[in-house]
Amino acid sequence: MADIESSGGGGKHKGKKKGKKLSTRIDMTPMVDLAFLLVTFFMLATTMAKPSALEVTMPTDEKPVEDITIPESKSMTLILGKDDQIFWYMGMLKKDPDISKTTFGPEKIRKVLKAKQIEVRNIILPKVKSQEIVILIKPMKDSKYRNLVDILDEFEICGIKQFAVVDFQTDDQVNLKKKGFVE
Amino acid sequence: MPKVKIPRKSTFIDMTAMVDMGFLLVTFFMLATKFRPDEPVQVVLPSSTLTMPIPDKDLITITVSKDGRIFLGMDNPKNMEDMLDGFIKDFAPDIKLTDEERKKFSLQSSFGVPAKELAEWIKLEPDEMRKKQAGIKWDSIPEKNELFFWMWNARKASPRSQIALKADGETNYPIIKEVIQVLTNKTIQGHRFQMITSQEENRMASSSKKNK
Repeated sequence: MADIESSGGGGKHKGKKKGKKLSTRIDMTPMVDLAFLLVTFFMLATTMAKPSALEVTMPTDEKPVEDITIPESKSMTLILGKDDQIFWYMGMLKKDPDISKTTFGPEKIRKVLKAKQIEVRNIILPKVKSQEIVILIKPMKDSKYRNLVDILDEFEICGIKQFAVVDFQTDDQVNLKKKGFVE
Repeated sequence: MPKVKIPRKSTFIDMTAMVDMGFLLVTFFMLATKFRPDEPVQVVLPSSTLTMPIPDKDLITITVSKDGRIFLGMDNPKNMEDMLDGFIKDFAPDIKLTDEERKKFSLQSSFGVPAKELAEWIKLEPDEMRKKQAGIKWDSIPEKNELFFWMWNARKASPRSQIALKADGETNYPIIKEVIQVLTNKTIQGHRFQMITSQEENRMASSSKKNK
């Protein structure tokens, strides 16, 4: 990017003495500085990203979840614990459930969800309309919001549309304690 | 050492192209971005693989910080003002605010103060206002549940608005439960809402398509 010497060439060409052609050479450096200052200002003070959202429909509190009859064999309980732990068992709250522990991840909870989803689809109950699995999410007090978001995300990925977020009961605590998952 | 004089030619770089590029960038940023709204609290969003853009208009935003403070915001200053008027009428009729204070309130992007601090808070300087927000109060007793009254008036001010929940990923679940409880209340009918998340790269995108 050499400079255009506007005066040199003209002088050599003609031997005659010509009026001196003043070369106008503007030093653009401050202009560039200004431009980049403006760019930096806009980069820091504005936002381009439109945050995305996860649409969720919760049941209203008109009819409590327990009243809706969910067949035991098509339901699954998912307990969100602290430190990204997930405890799950098939069926709803009962005396001695077979609780398994897992965590978030494609090889972990997603595998479980997909497997159970297929299992449940194969159980044909004559009077039941939908053959899909229904999952009850019970977040514990020390679980984080992102655990809930992540599990809803997993549901969307697996195509599980029937779920409900319900309260974590003392009986759940007792069951977990018996299995040694919590103190 | 041989005396070799290296002819030094001074190099002048023509900066015209650089300037052009600089101003193109400025123009791009000016047109394609919006100023980041002055948020009372910084929230680190949890990530999710889904992309559903949230609407620009007609939006009620509930922001929950990591320490459990609840803030409420509406996109339109008129709606903010209507919500404020409705709240004062329903819950705290003895709060008297001047028109100027109401205008100041309506220009906030989000706010989070308990009702009893509202009158004093609105009189503070903008810097102070941003810092001193304790969050909207939630109470298990319905008559004292300020969050419920704010939400209800927000819905009344703008019935068509969608509700978006913007909570920090590390927020403990109990406070989220309280917010969701208010939303699923049958008077508010807010049980369909959106949880704002940051974009996560689509893990196993192919398998997610198979399952739909």
